[in-house]
Formats: sequence, structure tokens, C-alpha cells
Amino acid sequence: MSRKILTTPIKNEDLDSLTIGDIIYLTGYLITSRDDVHQRLIKQHKPLPVDLSGKAIFHAGPIMREIEGQPGKHEVISIGPTTSMRMEKYEQAFIAQTGVKLIVGKGGMGPNTAEACRKYKAIHTVFPGGCAVLAANCVEEVESVEWLDLGMPEAMWVMRVREFGPLIVSIDTKGNNLFENNIKAFNQRKEVIVEDICQHVDYLE
Amino acid sequence: MSVEAQRETFIDIMAKFTAYTGKHLPDDVLSKLKELQEKEITPLANIIYDAMFEDLRMADELDRPCCQDTGVIQYFVQVGTRFPLIDEIEDCLREAVKRATIIGPLRHNAVEVFDEKNTGNNVGKRIPWIDWEIVPHSDEATIYVYMAGGGCSLPGTAKVLMPLEGYEGVVKFVFDQITSYGINACPPLLVGIGIAGSVEVAAKLSKKALLRPIGSHNPNPRGAELESRVENGLNAIKIGPGGLTGENSVMGVHIEEAARHPATIAVGLSTGCWAHRRSAIKITADLDYEIISHKGVIL
Ligand code: SF4
Repeated sequence: MSRKILTTPIKNEDLDSLTIGDIIYLTGYLITSRDDVHQRLIKQHKPLPVDLSGKAIFHAGPIMREIEGQPGKHEVISIGPTTSMRMEKYEQAFIAQTGVKLIVGKGGMGPNTAEACRKYKAIHTVFPGGCAVLAANCVEEVESVEWLDLGMPEAMWVMRVREFGPLIVSIDTKGNNLFENNIKAFNQRKEVIVEDICQHVDYLE
Repeated sequence: MSVEAQRETFIDIMAKFTAYTGKHLPDDVLSKLKELQEKEITPLANIIYDAMFEDLRMADELDRPCCQDTGVIQYFVQVGTRFPLIDEIEDCLREAVKRATIIGPLRHNAVEVFDEKNTGNNVGKRIPWIDWEIVPHSDEATIYVYMAGGGCSLPGTAKVLMPLEGYEGVVKFVFDQITSYGINACPPLLVGIGIAGSVEVAAKLSKKALLRPIGSHNPNPRGAELESRVENGLNAIKIGPGGLTGENSVMGVHIEEAARHPATIAVGLSTGCWAHRRSAIKITADLDYEIISHKGVIL
């Protein structure tokens, strides 16, 4: 099976045919943006130092190392996704203001992000959680870093990546939400299971 | 050996061991993950497990932390009253963390509360966190290293229930939390449950439950039974690797308890992710070491 690869700048048409559960790869620009970057833009109204339009952001806080003999130049040691749900509060506004097309993280996001993905044509995807060396291996170059005053995990690391993935589409441009569906199924199963266990744990004398 | 030389040896062992912990999963976790992958049938679940094992292989080959979140460093120290460095342990462990941060390298994960500044070396107020257990008449120390990642610490919670909510209340509490928050914590999870009379005891025991080897059981027959009922039940929810559905949800469920107050049932919950970086090392009075969690490893 040939790999489905998205290349930045990503256009709306590139995303139209994608559905939740699809597996894709990314080539081009991937920029880390997590809690502090979201809050600086949306809450503190600070202009972003990087143009994200048509590009991809990564909910991730990496381990970077300065390359010896090249001050200010970094190589990525380990970079895996962080819990996307923490960004739910600001993601809708973030997508609207930046024109970002692809979000990479882990776990699901909520209805506000799904709404934004539908309205502004963007998708949320997950990279396998914790697989940080695998991800680092898909990074060709760390081109620059912005807002390093936020500390290593929270800074904006601008990376060029090649066939970065696997990325599982969790919210598509129709606003379908894979994790939301999964959680519904988990909760339905849970009711029955908990009831059953409770038949057997009446230990009180 | 002078105290200074002893300190240096001890710091060196613990710095290397802490860095090592971030790069290699312990034996019990590895074999459990393999066992769980064999039961998976969907391509998606297998893609996630393949990614995990490929990641571990590359982490080993490139000598890098297998997950970027090397956590807040916690040490659970079981120290003999006659261990020669008993007075020095805390100071040495702080120094070991600073060195491990460089040799790992480990991510900078200590943010001072109120000042909201990242210290940049993983050492901060009361961090590394050290939990003490004193062992009478012994001259050895056994030290557990735990890397408390953000994602796997997020589902953590504790609550004091009314006794009439019973163990049924405990079960509901655990299931609600795992189905709503556990999916983001990189499943398959290791679930630690503490049951006690007050909230801090339950919370602490829930974390200690995560230190137990996978496959071990609570010594009380009812405790062991509750562990396996909750484990089977959580697996039947089929959360799967990464929360993307699959044949299982957890690597195990461990319960630790302390006698409770007649009027309370406190329950604590801690979760470990698939990259459960928990290690254990025994250090003798002569400062020889044996790594318990990763058999045969020399630092
Ligand atoms: S939950 Fe565990 S594996 Fe996942 S990102 Fe956090 S520390 Fe890494």
C-alpha cells in the first residue's frame, strides 16, 4: 500500500478526502506549539513569531541538544506528542487566527476543536504516544527556535520533517471525532462491566 | 574509602542509573507489552505496538530517552539504618539528577511553583521527590527510580468515600477516571490503586502500587481478587494501545492498602503509561550494586 503523504503548504483540497481512522504522513514544516504558545497568542494577544498558515503544529515538548561548535543550532534527541486535550480551551481560536492545517498530538480533542476543523478546514491527528525517538528520526532539520524564554518544552521549535508518521486522523474536516466515538463506546461497555464487578465486592461485614 | 569518595561513587551510580531508566523499559514491562501485542487483531492496534517496539529499538541503538517526557524524577528509597551513606542520600540524589539531566539528556521538567520558572536541571524545591522507608538492622539501600511523566500523571486522583459506598464505590471511581482520562495517558496502562482511611495515604499507596512488578498480586485473597476483577473489567472496555481501541486496556492493576477509619474509605489512583520507566537498584554497604528491574545490566 502506498503511503498517503501530505506536504506543506497544505491546501484545503488535500484534506477533503481524509476521514477519521486514516493513516497519513507529513513532509514539510512542523512547528511545536503547546500550552504556553497557545496562551501567549490567544490570551495575551502576542503575535506569533512564526507564520503557521498552511503548516502543521505539533503538541510536543522535545528534548533538544545544541550542536557542538554551532551555537544556536539544535538537533532533536527525542520528541513525542503531548496530551492534546490540554489545548482544547484555545485551539478553536488558534486555528482561526493562524490558518494552521494539521495538528499533531496524542489523545482526542473536544467539540470546539472539531467545530474549528469543520469551519476552517483543518485536521487533528495522533502520533503514537511516547514513541519519541521514532518521531525524532523523521526530523530532517531543526531550522530555528522561537520563544526559547519559555523553556525547552514550551518553546516553538521550527522543524523540517520527512514522511513524519504514522499519523492517525482523529478529527477530519467534516468534524467527525474518532476519540469522541471511542469514548462513547468505552462508556457504554463500562456501565455493564462495573455493574457486574459490583455484584462480587460486597466485602463490608 | 573517605566519605567524599563514597559520595562520588554513589552519585555516579545513581546518575547513570537514572539516565539509563529513561532509555530502557524494565524487563517486566517489556514482556507484558509483547504479550499484549500478540493478542491484538486489528491493523491499527498493531501499527501502534510496532511503533512502540521500533521506538524502543531505536532508543537503545541511539542511546536516547525512549519518550521525550522523562518526567519529574522521584526516588523511593528503602534504606537500612546502617547504610553508610544514610546521611548523604538526599544531597547525593539531587546531584545525581543534575548529572543525569546532562548525560541523558533528560528533558527539563522542574517548574518552580509561584515563580513559574523552569529550573533547567530537574532539581527544584522538594524535587527530586524522595520517599523514605527505613529498614531496621540493614546496611543496604534499595532505590526505586520513577519518571513521573505529565501524561501519565494527569489521570491521578484521590477521594474519600463514605463507607456505605463500599468497594462498589471504589470500583466506580476507578472506572470513571480511567475511561475519561486514561485514554490520553498512553495506554496500555499500569493502574495503581490505594485504599486507606485518608486521602494522602491512599494517594501515596496508589503510587507505591506502581512500583510492584507486573504480575505480582496483593497478598490478601480479596485484594488479589479485586485486582484481577478490575483488570479484566478494564480490559473488556478495549481501550487498546493509544486509546485507539484494541483487545486490552491495561498492563495490570495493583492495589495497596492501609487499615482505614471506620467512617471513611479513601481511594487513590495513579497510572503508569506503556513507557513505564520504573527501575530498582540495590546498593550494598561497600557500594556494589545490583540492578533488580533490568536483569544483568551493568552501568
Ligand atoms: S504518558 Fe508516558 S509515554 Fe506518553 S508521553 Fe507521557 S511519559 Fe511518554
